[in-house]
Amino acid sequence: MAEAAIALPPKGGFNFDLCKRNAMLEKNGIALPRFRKTGTTIVGLVFKDGVILGADTRATEGEIVCDKNCEKIHYMAPNIYCCGAGTAADTENVTDMVRSQLELHRYATNRESRVVTALTMLKTHLFGYRGQVSAALVLGGVDVTGPHLHTVYPHGSTDTLPFATMGSGSLAAMSVFESRYKEDMTREEGMEIVSAAICAGIFNDLGSGSNVDLCILTKGKAEYLRNYKKPNPRSYIRSKGYDFARGHTAILSTKITPLKDQVTIVEGDAMEE
Amino acid sequence: MTGKQPYVGQALDSPHAFTLAPGPTKHTQYPYVTGTSVLGIKYKDGVLIAADTAGSYGSTVRYKSVERLKPCGKHCLIGASGEISDFQQILTYVDKLILNDYMWDDGNNLSPRDIHNYLTRVMYNKRNNFDPLWNTLVIGGVKNGEKYLGVVTMIGVQFEDNHVASGFGNHLARPIFRDEWHENMTLEEGTQLLEKALTVLYYRDRSAINKVQVANITAEGINISEPYALKTNWEYKAFKNPTAGAVGSW
Repeated sequence: MAEAAIALPPKGGFNFDLCKRNAMLEKNGIALPRFRKTGTTIVGLVFKDGVILGADTRATEGEIVCDKNCEKIHYMAPNIYCCGAGTAADTENVTDMVRSQLELHRYATNRESRVVTALTMLKTHLFGYRGQVSAALVLGGVDVTGPHLHTVYPHGSTDTLPFATMGSGSLAAMSVFESRYKEDMTREEGMEIVSAAICAGIFNDLGSGSNVDLCILTKGKAEYLRNYKKPNPRSYIRSKGYDFARGHTAILSTKITPLKDQVTIVEGDAMEE
Repeated sequence: MTGKQPYVGQALDSPHAFTLAPGPTKHTQYPYVTGTSVLGIKYKDGVLIAADTAGSYGSTVRYKSVERLKPCGKHCLIGASGEISDFQQILTYVDKLILNDYMWDDGNNLSPRDIHNYLTRVMYNKRNNFDPLWNTLVIGGVKNGEKYLGVVTMIGVQFEDNHVASGFGNHLARPIFRDEWHENMTLEEGTQLLEKALTVLYYRDRSAINKVQVANITAEGINISEPYALKTNWEYKAFKNPTAGAVGSW
């Protein structure tokens, strides 16, 4: 008669005990809850004086747009920013976590953070979770060693590139980069190409949409341009505003229950501290 | 199993063929030798259609001189991506169609729109019988001054537009077309636009090769260029030592 001996404390990492139960539920027709993804077009580009990051602002839950203006460019350090594509919770939390680690590291070393530090922290974490943390990132920044741009994939591999795109709109954005990228561009040229690439994603990919966010990183300065371009304005807003007077919706039946009769008021002592 | 033997003289591919295998008759559901994207745009004097000359066998580039753009009749050109043998079969169907039309000898001939419609019927019908021709076709031409450009997919979806693409071209070339195409482009502008898109495809589509043909259909006739190579640039400084700033990574 074999019995499970002592209930051992969980060892950390993922616990796959419920997988069989979930598979059985799915087989019997219960739909798994959708998770919020950031469909997405994110890009990064190295120009003469630094790095420009760009992102769209649409977040999707299955086929529904759940956030029309979300922020996909995350702050990592005063000189390092990171765009995230994939599951929104994963990108938010993994960048948050590395941001904290970087800050502690800055206090410990008394130096400006380096991009490779953020890169190594991110890839170590993601590799350890075998791709289950679905975060695809474009990491860019300028440190003492110069401007850097990297892509990080959910399984933990990284690339170091002069221009990079990630997300469902990455092909549309990459087609703009491949046809227009030049080395040593000026700031204006860089901003123009990055916003054109994001717009290509917004208008050609269904998972991306709404506005263009930009972040320009140069030596000693980071400019976060939220909603740099808004190419999808609401086409008509009624000047008088919208209000719906009684009568717009047909009332089928009315039942009024006075709550006073259901409630007994009792005098009591004041709560103790 | 008491299956009846097929007798001599019976067409083995007819719907009435007896099969020795148990279950319903099934047809090939996957392609072997495939061509990648075909691109098409309308311009001032007509239509430009382009494709590379690769025939891939899974992940190998098996054939490097496959002509995927073929004229049919005087006014029309068909470009195909997908299974090459199915494209060759489509060409025999279209050949019979054109021949039949010619034999009427009535001074009129089929327009690109007619050929597009015929191919749509063929593709959709075969798909409904679970026996598709595994292709996406780009049909373009000029007749009586009207420029025509359309697409049919393997499931029978058809539409026409000012610029079209098949396969990967939809993801990489269409965004460029939507941004940069305009009415009445000259032949130079049109060719440059196609070459820009073909270059991006060569960089980013693993089944594309740097050997392309561009076909030009105008009221005067059809002209398919000889295969040529596109100009590519691999000399970015950042590619020379990419991990200079991140030693140990890649």
